[in-house]
Amino acid sequence: MKKYWRSLEELDAVKNSEALEPTVEFPTDGLSKEEITNKVVSNRRDFLKLLGFSTAYAVAATSCQQPVRKVIPYLQRPEGVTPGVASHYASTLFTTDDYASIVVKVRDGRPIKIEGNKLSKITQGGTNARMQAAVLDLYDTARLQYPVKNGKKTTWKTVDAEITKKLEETAAAGEKIIILASTVISPSTKKLFEDFKTKYPTTEVVYLDPVSYAAIIDANEASFGKAAIPSYHFDKANVIVGFNADFLGTWLSPVQFSADYAKTRDLTTGKTEMSRHYQFETLMSLTGSNADYRTIIKPAQEKKLLIKLYNAIAAATGNATIKELPCEIKLDKVVKELLANKGKSLVVSGTNDKAIQLLVNGINNMLGNYGNTLDIQKETLLKQGRDSQVHQAFTDMKDGKAGAVIFYNTNPVYTCPNGKKKAEIIKKLKLSVAISDKIDETAKNTQYVLPDSNFLESWNDAEPIKGSFSLGQPTINKLWDTRQAQEGFMKWAGIDGSYYEYIKKYWHENILPKKEVANDENTDETNEAIKDFASGWTKALQDGVYEVEVTGDAPAFNPTSITDNIDLITNFKKPEGLSLTVYESVGMGTGLYANNPWLQELPDPITKVTWDNYVAVSPKLAKEKGWKQEDVVKVKTKNYEVELPVLIQPGQESSTVAIKLGYGRTEAGPIAEQTGGANAAGFIYAKEGYRQYTGIPVEVTATGKTYELAQTQTHDVMEGRGSIIARETTLKEWQKDKHSGNEAHVFFKDKLEHVNLYKKGYNEDHYVGHHWGLAIDYNKCTGCSACIIACQVENNIAIVGKEQVKRRRNMHWLRVDRYYSTGEDKLYATPEENPEVFYQPIMCQHCDNAPCENVCPVAATPHTNEGLNSMAYNRCIGTRYCMANCPYKVRRFNWFNFVEGGDYNYLFNDEVKRMVLNPDVVVRQRGVVEKCTMCIQRIQEGKLKAKTEGRELRDGEIEVACEQACPSNAIVFGDTNMDGARIIKLFQDERSYGLLEELKTLPSVVYMTKVRNKDEQTAHHTEA
Amino acid sequence: MYKKEVRGELILGNKTYGDITNDILRSQETKAPLWWWIAFGIFFVLMSIGLGYYVPLTIAKGIGMWGNNNQVVWGWAIINFVWWIGIGHAGTAFSIFLLVFRQKWRTSINRAAEAMTVFAVLAAGLFPAIHVGRPWDEFFIFPYGPNSRGLWVNFNSPLLWDVFAITTYLTTSAIFWYIGMLPDFATVAERSKGLKKKIFRSLSLGWVGKMSSWRKFEDTLVILGGLAMPLVIAVHSIVSTDFSAGVLPGWHETIFPPFFVVGAIFSGFSMVVTLMVVIRLMFKLEDYVTDDHFDAIARIITFVSLIMGSAYLIELFIAWYSGNTFEQYVFDENYLKGHYAAPYWWMLIFNAFLPQLFWFKKVRRNLLLIFLITIGVNIGMWLERYNIVVPPMAEDFLPAGWFKYAPTIVDKWVYLGTIGLFGVGVLLFIRFIPMMAMNELKQQAKRHTELKPSAGEYIAYKKIIEDE
Repeated sequence: MKKYWRSLEELDAVKNSEALEPTVEFPTDGLSKEEITNKVVSNRRDFLKLLGFSTAYAVAATSCQQPVRKVIPYLQRPEGVTPGVASHYASTLFTTDDYASIVVKVRDGRPIKIEGNKLSKITQGGTNARMQAAVLDLYDTARLQYPVKNGKKTTWKTVDAEITKKLEETAAAGEKIIILASTVISPSTKKLFEDFKTKYPTTEVVYLDPVSYAAIIDANEASFGKAAIPSYHFDKANVIVGFNADFLGTWLSPVQFSADYAKTRDLTTGKTEMSRHYQFETLMSLTGSNADYRTIIKPAQEKKLLIKLYNAIAAATGNATIKELPCEIKLDKVVKELLANKGKSLVVSGTNDKAIQLLVNGINNMLGNYGNTLDIQKETLLKQGRDSQVHQAFTDMKDGKAGAVIFYNTNPVYTCPNGKKKAEIIKKLKLSVAISDKIDETAKNTQYVLPDSNFLESWNDAEPIKGSFSLGQPTINKLWDTRQAQEGFMKWAGIDGSYYEYIKKYWHENILPKKEVANDENTDETNEAIKDFASGWTKALQDGVYEVEVTGDAPAFNPTSITDNIDLITNFKKPEGLSLTVYESVGMGTGLYANNPWLQELPDPITKVTWDNYVAVSPKLAKEKGWKQEDVVKVKTKNYEVELPVLIQPGQESSTVAIKLGYGRTEAGPIAEQTGGANAAGFIYAKEGYRQYTGIPVEVTATGKTYELAQTQTHDVMEGRGSIIARETTLKEWQKDKHSGNEAHVFFKDKLEHVNLYKKGYNEDHYVGHHWGLAIDYNKCTGCSACIIACQVENNIAIVGKEQVKRRRNMHWLRVDRYYSTGEDKLYATPEENPEVFYQPIMCQHCDNAPCENVCPVAATPHTNEGLNSMAYNRCIGTRYCMANCPYKVRRFNWFNFVEGGDYNYLFNDEVKRMVLNPDVVVRQRGVVEKCTMCIQRIQEGKLKAKTEGRELRDGEIEVACEQACPSNAIVFGDTNMDGARIIKLFQDERSYGLLEELKTLPSVVYMTKVRNKDEQTAHHTEA
Repeated sequence: MYKKEVRGELILGNKTYGDITNDILRSQETKAPLWWWIAFGIFFVLMSIGLGYYVPLTIAKGIGMWGNNNQVVWGWAIINFVWWIGIGHAGTAFSIFLLVFRQKWRTSINRAAEAMTVFAVLAAGLFPAIHVGRPWDEFFIFPYGPNSRGLWVNFNSPLLWDVFAITTYLTTSAIFWYIGMLPDFATVAERSKGLKKKIFRSLSLGWVGKMSSWRKFEDTLVILGGLAMPLVIAVHSIVSTDFSAGVLPGWHETIFPPFFVVGAIFSGFSMVVTLMVVIRLMFKLEDYVTDDHFDAIARIITFVSLIMGSAYLIELFIAWYSGNTFEQYVFDENYLKGHYAAPYWWMLIFNAFLPQLFWFKKVRRNLLLIFLITIGVNIGMWLERYNIVVPPMAEDFLPAGWFKYAPTIVDKWVYLGTIGLFGVGVLLFIRFIPMMAMNELKQQAKRHTELKPSAGEYIAYKKIIEDE
């Protein structure tokens, strides 16, 4: 290589270039030569220094034991999976308690959240608390993980061979094969049962619902000649009259009804009228607590009342009246309004009594509601159990007529009375098979237990209402060696292939419309059809729902249905003494989710009790008998008894005690075992062939023991603060003055908004971008508590257990406060017998002038420039000053280590259950404060998505968890700085106010005054 | 100047300097009496269990070991903290206010009062340290640097100022206490042998009693006293802002700073009296802590009690007058007749009514009654802190959340542990440190007994003066 030089000096330098020091790139002032040249010069001292340091460092670094965590990357990335980005799959959730079309959020291959499917015309994107919590049941380690024969592990091959053989023998011997199942709404499964019957002609399919709707089905058979439950359209009703039907909480399809009901109560769309809801009920139900007029009736009064109503309407519409039984409750107003709203009213009853249901049908028919608010042509298929058939099935088992019984997804030993006797009968069967997710109370007594896959691992379809279909698809591979029930039936029936193919075939043949194919010789007809089917199938699968038109004439009402059954209707026996009602609760339903800690810790919407059931009694009865809250009493009938603590329930009928179903499960898993309570199903008895849940004559005696209940709210009255905290008005007042009930807000809005001692708080210059806000409409909120669980699932909120709830350390970021009020709100007054109820969902209000922020000594809870009150968990040292100074008390403290490594084995300490955690939300350590973040992870995700797509955020694009879960759309989230956002309209609504706004906290959450459709402000007990 | 005719004699019995030294140092130069060992044993056990077991247990398991809950997030820890800080006011307030106001009768009491301050503040300081959720991250509360992540403390938070105020107060009190003891340490060193002599010699910083040293000594004390006086007011004012900066009804009050300071002085003075009664009886120091002393303190307590009573009345009145529902509920409902009426009324009795008995001279001069009433004041002041901390949180704005508060065994033991710490500290103080300021007592003795110096002494003084 040539060397160039400019001067002689340079030539010398070039000659010595090998020895030249490299030029320095950066300033070298103050650095030593060694440092500049980056040469390591070390001597003995440096060596010793380094040795000493590294030893000390190694000791220091290794002295604290750090748990070893492994992150295993995908060796080959599966198609369609981007780590860190969630995928959503439309599916269907159907259990004995619930139905919804859902969207499952799958993150890195794990289903972590269930949301409602907005495309569904039935559930309309809503969910309830149980649906929100259902995702945890997938990871329930108490699930049976392999097939079992006589208590021992076995293989599917042996099971199938043996069962098939025995079934064939039974069928050959002409003995009955009974498939006892909870209601099946899957058309493919029903078809499969037909195929099964072809191979085993002696097969009988019997549906058993834990809570029976048989009387409605039978009554409709009498009234319309069609054994079905009609579909209800609460959204079309101006007057709703409910008799012991908790249609917003537990009755039939509460999510659907909540959505429809809320539409009639919505005053934000410019409507100035709302529905009027009368409820006649024995217990204080979620539905009754939302009613405009609620009347307490004895269980026995229901029939008398309905006869009275029937006669009044019959007289007015020129129909024949029937013999009346004496009834002192006035119905003039109800009758007047029902008659004024013919075809726009709805009368429902939840009592399993054919006479009552016949009367209800008669009333609805006279009011012309069929075809309007009721549709018998498009029936609801969610409950198909017939009590007579169930009874017959058990008689057959007892008499030995049934050679083989397959229990599919049903648990009669637990959910039916005389469980012990039933267990004995099951034990004696020649062939008993249970297809169940656990070795439950029934499966314990069967020869074979076949673990059913979770619905999130299975293919399925559903037809909840005639003509409305919904598809279910697996979102995760099977966790254990389970098999979905249908595949078993296919194996036994000798049908090859998978159930997926079976469904597809069924849909191809029966549901998806077959397109006309042009008669072209060059076209392969079959292929074209399949191709067309494929696109239709893919769309149905993506949407999750599919609707077809139901044709044909609506069945006509049989005018003699009342007179034919007149003896049944007018037969009345006067009840004596105390009676018991057992009922489903919003959280626990019929006990299906007993091992689900989220639901166990969900406070009951009315009583706010967690982890237990109890004997609810009215204040009057408690006073008479001298019972106090938490005194243990013994409730006894001829053949069943339980001991449970007393809970004093205002608004309950005073000769009735009530116990929730769904507790006292013994074989549901470790969490269910920890729970208190007792099974109330043993009290159910049959009357006139129908399972009775109410009016059960009981003796109740005090035991002298006490038992502490874990309640999340123990103070029920407002202390005269109603007009400040929980604002309400009547429709009439509101129509006159839109500010009615919310007058205080006018004062604060005009007078205080810009009065600032310091330039703090909401400052338009500060919030130049987004400013997030939440609007909650009391008119739509039913208090169902779906939001509580949705929030808990989304944000990895800890479960603390019964003991800590007793000490009021529950971690729920969102709570629903429930207040009772009577006409006069007196200090320390016990709420009277029939109070009004007010629900107030409370989460962090994200105050723009937050009291919590300025008291934190370490600035761990600062305000973001998007108006959020944020929490830096890593910075928090846990002084709890923020909690003390929060006027809403929404902040939660990790009193113990509730998460991994702590002593709390509900979810976080279980390797499998932990998979349900949301990876976008950090799990909080012991000693830090946490609270609602307004789902900041969702906000961030939404913002990023808009940014990558190069567009502005759209209103409604980001949904917070509580908003998304709410079946009645009571919660709206949005950007208060976005032009035209829904939330701006709600913020400006005359009904809106900030909770405790007089403190000048400038909350970003507004509440909208509750409007009750009452003639007068105060509650009246007998007039209605 | 001190007027004997008006105030009476401060030291009875016509003591000479030697007598004073002998009397005061007797407690440490003789063997410890049995009662001392018993008391020490009890307090030591309390301290060991409370601070040795239950405090580590809290740190290991979490604040959940205490009775606090989502509604009442602060409990006994904060009550005890404020209570101890209040008691900690005794020394400095007593010593410094009376020093600055030249109340010479303080001399026989101030040393013990200052010692009490130090131990009480130590006990108080424990609570904020252990009541946080993550004590291992407590250093976040100091504005330390270098700070590469831009994390800084929140100067708006009263809790931060608490940290500053308490550490400053503890340091100043300790220095003030220590400097005041220098001449006495020298005296002790003079009278002892061996290791003890060496220790006290070094503790006295080589004090030889030069006139210049005396002058600097007295100047230092006055200057330190002057500096510490605003601190006394500041520290409890800042503690009070922990509450008054909050929004809760019952906390959000402008009256709190003076109210807290006066309350602190009240409890501090009472604690001093309680302690002095014990010391006087046990060490037979009637000549130094005379009935006149108690009389004087009792008068102050009576006056402070009146201030407290008026403050309670003002709170009640303002709550009613404000028209604020929440405020009215806390004061006029909850305190007077609600769930928290019992602690409130007991507080009124102990703090506002019982000390009024001191209007009677007979009560002021009855040692037993004085003892009982001052104990009562400290119970009353504990209840006052309970009433400030618990009821406003337990029953605040939204009634749905209202919940009761009940301490757990851990809460109680931690409190007993701090009482043990205090007791052990005071007992050790009695045993190893001159429990009265001998040098100051001697000034008083000289002043009112009109001692005539002997010829030798005269010559010695003269020589010292000439040396200067």
